Amino acid sequence: MTAYIIRRLLIAIPTLLLLVVASFFLMHTAPGGPFTSERPLPPEVLANIEARYGLDQPLWKQLWDYLTNIVLHFDFGPSFRFKDRDVNDIIAQGFPISLTYGSLAFIAASVVGISLGVAAAIRHNTWIDYFAVSLGIAAQALPNFIMGPILILTFTLWLGWLPGGGWNGGQWQYLVMPVIALSTSYMGNIARITRSSMLEVMNSNFIRTARAKGLPARTVIWRHALKPTLLPVISYLGPVFVYVLTGSVFVDLYFSTGGLGQSYVSSALTRDYAVLLGVTILYGGLTVVVNLATDLAYAWFDPKIRY
Amino acid sequence: MFGKSERAEELAADITDFTAVRGRSLWRDAMDRFLRNKAAMASVVVLGLIVLFVLIGPLFAQWSNEEIDWNRMGDIRGQGMPSIETGHYFGLDDLGRDLYSRVIQATRTSLLVGLIGAAMALVVGTAYGVIAGFYGGRLDSIMMRFVDILLAIPLTLVLILILVIAGRSFTTLFIALGAVSWLTMSRIVRGQTLTLKTREFIEAARAGGVSEPGIIFRHILPNLMGVVIVYASLLVPEMILAESFISFLGLGISEPMTSLGRLIAEGAGTMAYGTLWQLLFPLFFYVTIIITMFFIGDGLRDALDPKDR
Amino acid sequence: MRTFTRATLSALLSTSILAGAALAQDTHPETGEPLAADQTFTYRVLDEHSSVDPQVVEDVSGSEIVRDLFEGLMNQDEDGELVPGVATGYEVSDDKLTYTFTLRPEAVWSNGDPVTANDFVFAWRRAADPALASPYQWFIELMSLENASEIVAGDMAPEELGVTAIDDHTLEVRLTSPLPYFPFMTTHATTFPAPQSVVEEFGANWTKPENIVSNGAYVLTEHLPNERSVRERNEMYWDNDNTIIDKVVALVINDENVALTRYMAGELDRTEVPAGQFPRLSEEYPDEAISFPRLCNYYYTFNLSDSGPEAFKDVNVRKALALAVDRKIIVENILAGGQPEAYTFTPAAVAGFEPPATEMAGMSQADRDAMALELLAEAGYGPDNPLSFEMVYNTSEAHQKVAVALSQMWKQKLGVDAQLANMEWKVFLEERGNQNFELARGAWCGDYNEASTFLDLLDSASGYNDGKYANEAYDKLLEDAKTADDTTPLYTEAEQILAAEMPVIPIYHYAGVYMMDSDVGNWPVNNVEQNWYSKNLYKIAE
Repeated sequence: MTAYIIRRLLIAIPTLLLLVVASFFLMHTAPGGPFTSERPLPPEVLANIEARYGLDQPLWKQLWDYLTNIVLHFDFGPSFRFKDRDVNDIIAQGFPISLTYGSLAFIAASVVGISLGVAAAIRHNTWIDYFAVSLGIAAQALPNFIMGPILILTFTLWLGWLPGGGWNGGQWQYLVMPVIALSTSYMGNIARITRSSMLEVMNSNFIRTARAKGLPARTVIWRHALKPTLLPVISYLGPVFVYVLTGSVFVDLYFSTGGLGQSYVSSALTRDYAVLLGVTILYGGLTVVVNLATDLAYAWFDPKIRY
Repeated sequence: MFGKSERAEELAADITDFTAVRGRSLWRDAMDRFLRNKAAMASVVVLGLIVLFVLIGPLFAQWSNEEIDWNRMGDIRGQGMPSIETGHYFGLDDLGRDLYSRVIQATRTSLLVGLIGAAMALVVGTAYGVIAGFYGGRLDSIMMRFVDILLAIPLTLVLILILVIAGRSFTTLFIALGAVSWLTMSRIVRGQTLTLKTREFIEAARAGGVSEPGIIFRHILPNLMGVVIVYASLLVPEMILAESFISFLGLGISEPMTSLGRLIAEGAGTMAYGTLWQLLFPLFFYVTIIITMFFIGDGLRDALDPKDR
Repeated sequence: MRTFTRATLSALLSTSILAGAALAQDTHPETGEPLAADQTFTYRVLDEHSSVDPQVVEDVSGSEIVRDLFEGLMNQDEDGELVPGVATGYEVSDDKLTYTFTLRPEAVWSNGDPVTANDFVFAWRRAADPALASPYQWFIELMSLENASEIVAGDMAPEELGVTAIDDHTLEVRLTSPLPYFPFMTTHATTFPAPQSVVEEFGANWTKPENIVSNGAYVLTEHLPNERSVRERNEMYWDNDNTIIDKVVALVINDENVALTRYMAGELDRTEVPAGQFPRLSEEYPDEAISFPRLCNYYYTFNLSDSGPEAFKDVNVRKALALAVDRKIIVENILAGGQPEAYTFTPAAVAGFEPPATEMAGMSQADRDAMALELLAEAGYGPDNPLSFEMVYNTSEAHQKVAVALSQMWKQKLGVDAQLANMEWKVFLEERGNQNFELARGAWCGDYNEASTFLDLLDSASGYNDGKYANEAYDKLLEDAKTADDTTPLYTEAEQILAAEMPVIPIYHYAGVYMMDSDVGNWPVNNVEQNWYSKNLYKIAE
């Protein structure tokens, strides 16, 4: 087991390295640079700026310097756009925010989604089932970015209950709308998967046997049915966790949360190379870790799998 | 002469090839199961109606999707609402263009994006997965390691980079969506191929001297179709969702073309300004397409996935 | 008059006790309006600012913050006129090459150190220094400071810059050529002082709220990137007694519609009005929806270089396209925010500029359309040989609306087929800068309140001239204007050349269109550059 984890983590290093190299060259093929602006800089000024940031070096040298700085000094370089901060600052400030509302949204989506799915399966073909199914479908079919303006209009303008955006150290009033907006569509999907998986498990032989033995329904569900039910859910949850963290740009845009999602997209659009690379590495590393965690969780839930 | 014998060979193969016969009846079974699935059939009908609407809807349009109604553009809230009288059945968009024509055009775009995006994933993913799975060994591990690396790249980055570098057009959009969606497909296909490869009828074909490409095309691919179709049908709504996200970021296709995601993003922006129809019409078509695709995908899975039988 | 009132008032206040000062805040000292108890001004910014380092900042929202945190030699008042800042005044030598500023002795940094002439010398050398690599090095060059270009090019040490501290309160500046608007340039952030000891102690981190030391009316107390930045009253500021606003909060809200919703919910005192919403808002909230002209233009430029299409080399084609643009529709129906229609490149709001009476401006739209058809036919384009080209703009909903409207106008009136192509911002700049376009959107906001800031764009030697328009007579007029005493007729004549040759299609001139809470007092609507200072604002009790 430990050997397996270590091996997976070791493989992650060349993977991340390739990721960095690929992103680096992709990025540099995009037209325009960080200092392309509506007001073209005089050549001598541009030369000074490029010299300062090492952009006058050949590409391979830039990449090498970038990598050695990370390895030797854990320095992910400067931001070309936000000159008061470097990439370490930007990630240190934005990532905890994304992580906070992302994790909360993930927990909300899992807990509500699984409960809804289980309830629907147990009360198959009752109003609970129909309610859960329609809610799940509605949540999933709405593009998640329209949740932003709808929530703000409702809770901020009409009801006046919640502030319309900001972070404020993560006080609960500021968290409610981002978490709802981010979790809804995943919640719907989780409920759907849980429901169909649970239905399948409840119809399987071992559950029928358990029931035939006269075990109370509650015991059957909790002790026997839940674990196999969650298997497909677990494999879905891994990618979801990565998505809630990386795909959260619309939350940052609408709710001004200051998370990393927006920095990420805007760094690509403004060619803020170091920020883009830094966040890519972070997200790539995160994906590797989450994939590993998913596989381990899978092993715990399904005794047939051994590493 | 030559052709005739080939045909005879084919007929003979059909009769002796147990799997082919069995496969066909499996397909028929699946079809029957699908036809019996009420939700899926209803969805097919609804989706059919939408496609029909996209095809014949333009005949009733009184304005094209790019024409501006100069007389009414100054007062969209007052004069731009849906009305038979003005010929703007779905009202006007924020610039005074006919939303009816725009929704039709957008629905067409979104359907195409969904179908072609999924088809790209299907073709690339299947080819990649079959090759890796069938030839196995070193090639397989290299190819799959490559997929693992690509899976670690955040999708948003890939989408944004492709659209930024290659500019914005239908083709780029399809390529971008295809590029990010074939990975999982290739993994599934590889897994299936690995199991299929060890089955008796493949061994038999090998022993019978059928060439490797022959085995792939005649035996492996037909047996993969079920899984592949199910997964592809689930990809269609995902592609449409992904396109709407791209549109939201402002990286979607170029004007005067539009997509449902773009129209919804625009409508959501003006939601509070008394022009709610700009949101509701595209949203209705969008949600309907997504939901019907879900049910159709579910229906196909129930019909084709052997596990559920 | 006003300064007199303020001075007397501050004298009175300085002798009174603190409680008295608090009481005196209840009504405005000049207008007598009742003041709100909570003097917090909250406004929306579109995007995170680039920096609050005065020598580094390059964007509008950053400059707004820097103007509050730091104070330069001179300030602008509500009408954009010069008023004393750290300097009480200046003297100019007879050859107009040497300026001597006298600094007020009472000015101190927020850590109590006096603001001296050396702080300016340090800051200006810093701005020119290639080591700092500020994107605004060009501004130091533009100021025509002695040796500026050589220092930026790395041929001289920054110490050679033409600025000297004669003593702690006297600053001497030497220029290479006379520059009539030089004093105005000292209201620009790049020229603000920097605290040498702090910059040297903290390096790049000196602008962090916990480190920063500033000499303006406010100090930076909080900065949450992409969310908010907060600046609060600087008790050490020399004119602190006359500052009314206690706290200024800038909230980053990317989506203008969400910003408007939050304004409606009372979270903001100021936000931009989304395109098209101004008529409705000014009807529903007449006290709050405001619009005033700004120093920016909006145009489409023809590619006149070799890579441009043959058709655009024909002045009749250019004129036809310009004539067929119904600016009234764009201004009234699309933007609807009180933007003036543009028939000249330079906005009429620019000081000392008199727009020429061009033929096009005087015609009715129907006549223009007829003339456009005629000109186009003359150029050989018509139903059998339709004109076709591609027009590019950068991705944005507002630009898209204008582009779509233009293409439809040309299509319906002239049968011209203009294909739209939107590009992501950096790609757009790259393509336009490399003359890789046929017709491209452009817009420019003036660096200073003078017509040359716009007209220079079309100078054949200008680096900003993306359409590569070249006209010797035009260049000559601009050259003459640099040394002329009365520039107005020269600029008018230059505009006449543009009207005749039509290298660009002016569409409209910008307006500042805001929702401004009616309790915000003294917003400088007459300052066309929109250089506003929080210390001049106040909040009225409701």
